[in-house]
Amino acid sequence: MNKYVFIVGGGVAGAEAASQLLKLGFNVTLAEKESQVGGKLNQWDRLFPSKRKSTEVARFLAEGLSGNNFRLLLNTDILNIERTNGGFSISSGTAKFQADAVLIATGYDVFDARIKEEYGYGIYENVITSVELEARFKEGGKIFTPKGQEPKRIGFVHCVGSRDEKVGNHYCSQVCCVTAVKQAMEVKEVLPRSEVFCFYMDLRMFGLQFEDLYREAQEKWGVNFIRGRVSEAAENIDGSILIKVEDTLAGRPLKMKVDLLVLMVGFVPSAGTQNIGKILNLEFTPEKFLKPSDEHIDTYSTNQKGVFIAGTCKAPKTITDTFADARAAVLKIKQYLEEDVPGK
Amino acid sequence: MFQESKPKIPEWGYGINKDRQIDFDRNDRRLAEYIRKYEPSYKLCISCGACTATCTTANLTDFYNIRRLNVFLMRGEIDEINKHIDKCMFCGKCELVCPRGVNTRKVILIMKEGIKKIKQNEQL
Repeated sequence: MNKYVFIVGGGVAGAEAASQLLKLGFNVTLAEKESQVGGKLNQWDRLFPSKRKSTEVARFLAEGLSGNNFRLLLNTDILNIERTNGGFSISSGTAKFQADAVLIATGYDVFDARIKEEYGYGIYENVITSVELEARFKEGGKIFTPKGQEPKRIGFVHCVGSRDEKVGNHYCSQVCCVTAVKQAMEVKEVLPRSEVFCFYMDLRMFGLQFEDLYREAQEKWGVNFIRGRVSEAAENIDGSILIKVEDTLAGRPLKMKVDLLVLMVGFVPSAGTQNIGKILNLEFTPEKFLKPSDEHIDTYSTNQKGVFIAGTCKAPKTITDTFADARAAVLKIKQYLEEDVPGK
Repeated sequence: MFQESKPKIPEWGYGINKDRQIDFDRNDRRLAEYIRKYEPSYKLCISCGACTATCTTANLTDFYNIRRLNVFLMRGEIDEINKHIDKCMFCGKCELVCPRGVNTRKVILIMKEGIKKIKQNEQL
């Protein structure tokens, strides 16, 4: 089979699709802008729901990427993609690549918490994001405030940059609720004497085992859940953070001092997704994710024939769902290349 | 001694009290309809409480809670709204923090208008 597939983005979706296409005998070129494949997965320490190490999943992905018909392009930005009699010509720098189909797997960026300035990220040193907390777990799990003290009380703010029309993101990012629950438990593991609070609007525990995690957080780890959206954070003179929230179940405003405030930042369409969508003239959803040709029966094809999409470039997703999505996109690409090649 | 230990009737808790249930069938929901018409964004509330958290009035006075005003409004509990609505200072912080972009200040303004009309038996 002499068909070539070009994949843009070497995160979970791109790498898994490459691996499956290789197994089916296609020639695959995988372009990744960073110096290694794996994407955001490389930033996470342990994954919900089972808290397995992310490196296990990364290793699985890497194992699939080999063979004579595989070419990996690291540190590569895509400059242009043009149609050439039935296929595509992809240019990156001075290099040019030919392909019969293109798969876009450009993923997401995390929300820039500085935009939500009432939470003081980037201004107060004890306000961090969930991504930074994950990095601390990955570095060995020691949690200190920047002044080197152990935080006694840690607050998690859900829905930062999600379900918030004021920052232009009205959608739910899906994974932050369960990530907060996971991270809250991990904080309690590291700092058993600390008090941990989650401030939520709704807890969206949609996965089969997510509700069990929520239960475990309450039962085993004593994580506290307060239903209310934090309205603002201010810094005390000692560097601790004073937050204001309504305890909506008590029906009264509540104020609380925390030593560390963790903002659960949501998904936004990545800059790469925006860029590639414009190059290929793809349709966007109102949320600026890539729009599939059909929301139910074909979420892999696009308005451009021969251009396919997989993973979080089209909507927020868990890693589990991203794997499934990548494999389903591969099936669609195989059908396209075998049955529906233009000019055949 | 024996007599003193008997519960006194006023403290006993069971008397002829007004029913505490929200009577959805009897309640006056005209005000809710009125606001739905003139400030439709009020329907978007998801009861997150950010408005109340930031509200100076809610922080400093009893019972005033803008999130709950909205709930009372939807249930037709107009007496509850009438008791507390004048405490609003129209500073607009609630509007700034609302994640759904509800025009809370205008909701309060129209609530006050509507209540005035109801009191004067005017058509809403």
